[in-house]
Amino acid sequence: MGMTSDLTLTPPREDSLRTEELLINMGPQHPSTHGVLRLVVRTDGEIVRESWPQIGFLHRCFEKIAESLNYAQVVPYTDRMDYLASMNNALAFCLGVEKLGGIDVPERAAYLRVIAAELNRIASHLVSFGTYALDLGAFTPFLYAFREREYILAILEKMSGGRLLYHYPRIGGVARDMSAEMIRDTRAFLKIMRKAWPEYNTLLSYNQIFIKRTANVGAVSREQAIAWGFTGPCLRGSGVPFDLRKQHPYSLYERFQFDVPVGEGLKGTVGDCWDRYWVRMVEIMECCKIIEQALDGLPDGPVTAKVPRVLKLPKGEVYVPCENPRGELGYYIISDGAAKALRVKSRGPSFCNLSITNALCRDILLADVVAVLGSIDIVLGEVDR
Amino acid sequence: MNVQEIHSRLKARFGDGIGEWPAPEAGDPFIQVQPTYLREACKFLRDEADLRFDFLRLISAVDWTDRLSSVYHLYSYEHHHGVTLRVDLLRAAPRVGSVADVWPAADWHEREAYDMMGIVYEGHPALKRILLPDDWAGYPLRKDYKAPEEYNGLTNR
Repeated sequence: MGMTSDLTLTPPREDSLRTEELLINMGPQHPSTHGVLRLVVRTDGEIVRESWPQIGFLHRCFEKIAESLNYAQVVPYTDRMDYLASMNNALAFCLGVEKLGGIDVPERAAYLRVIAAELNRIASHLVSFGTYALDLGAFTPFLYAFREREYILAILEKMSGGRLLYHYPRIGGVARDMSAEMIRDTRAFLKIMRKAWPEYNTLLSYNQIFIKRTANVGAVSREQAIAWGFTGPCLRGSGVPFDLRKQHPYSLYERFQFDVPVGEGLKGTVGDCWDRYWVRMVEIMECCKIIEQALDGLPDGPVTAKVPRVLKLPKGEVYVPCENPRGELGYYIISDGAAKALRVKSRGPSFCNLSITNALCRDILLADVVAVLGSIDIVLGEVDR
Repeated sequence: MNVQEIHSRLKARFGDGIGEWPAPEAGDPFIQVQPTYLREACKFLRDEADLRFDFLRLISAVDWTDRLSSVYHLYSYEHHHGVTLRVDLLRAAPRVGSVADVWPAADWHEREAYDMMGIVYEGHPALKRILLPDDWAGYPLRKDYKAPEEYNGLTNR
């Protein structure tokens, strides 16, 4: 396994170093594919000429299920799509239903949703941080990340009862209120997170080996990123300062002050693997800012609106995009006036971000394919739905 | 630019290829486009300086039981505006031009719509199933789809 940035790849000469091309299966059972992704790669020695992702191993046809249940029953299914960001998934679906149904969410509920979503975003970025290091051969950061993530899971467990799948955002509000104890825990966690963050950077972000494996690898230009439908940290890694929470705020995000980090090519070129990684790292700190403000300004009041048990939405359609940890998550909901949706289409960031793979993993080292895939940060539960 | 203004820009350019401004029901408005005009309309939306729809959010396929639709959600990072296009297709032979050369992002979305709803995107570089196995029969998201009792020796019971 080589380290690419300093190697110049010279094509093998016709007469001497010609090697046989080989088709290799990476996955579906492979530690670096983050789930059941199968990648068929055509290699020439160490160099990957083409790579075709084969997906669908986790396909459950969520969209068909969503047509056969009423709206409230669909919410827990959305939890299971991007299972590292359940809060954000359910939030996006609820916002869609609420917009079409003209349901107003109480302010306190909106704040609690923000707190839950941002906590989940940190947890998701921590998994991404840990597993990315694992992909590249460093084991320790994973333990650090899971140490901090544990605090978040404990808080979310108190809030919702679940550690991974929460079913916390409900149509019209949230499932339960946050107690004074949970607020104390969350504040304590923010302190811990802020103290741990520089450790992560010493351990991984500024580690020379890590930089050699990620800087100048898998660079995606701004134009490429937009054309291929990159969203979230991947898009921002390519230098596009776009965050739905900023440009099209939902759930009262307009009330919070935070910065939108973008890739600047600090260690290599703009839009390389290190940039995508770094955007996530900086976002962790921005999430802390948002949570702190939400805790400080948490208004009193009810945490759920009055919503009929069997909710019928008016005839029409709606698409509400949300900033998920991995990018733009939106549900395109069409109602014909019945208690069940006529169509629910989910636009998941993992699926869309992954579609660039073959364009990106061309004529690069096999080891770099792992670095590129990890930097895109996919969750197969959402790719396959 | 709001959707109604975008609609008049399209209407002025493509005339009958674009549907009338819809009386919006609840929720988001959309623009109806005739299938034969879709590719040109998409290129127009992408390239005009005041429109510049550079981001294809998603393509969705919808089964209305009497017809199918292919729906395009577009967004512009330059102008921060969005628009939704809808193309109605015959249920018996749903065919429409691919926009994979307009936005590469369309590649997988169109494959998914083909896989789930059986819409054929003409000119797509490799239109084949994406989530289901290649030998799957039928299109699961169609309203009249019946789940198979058996698949390659595996039964439902």
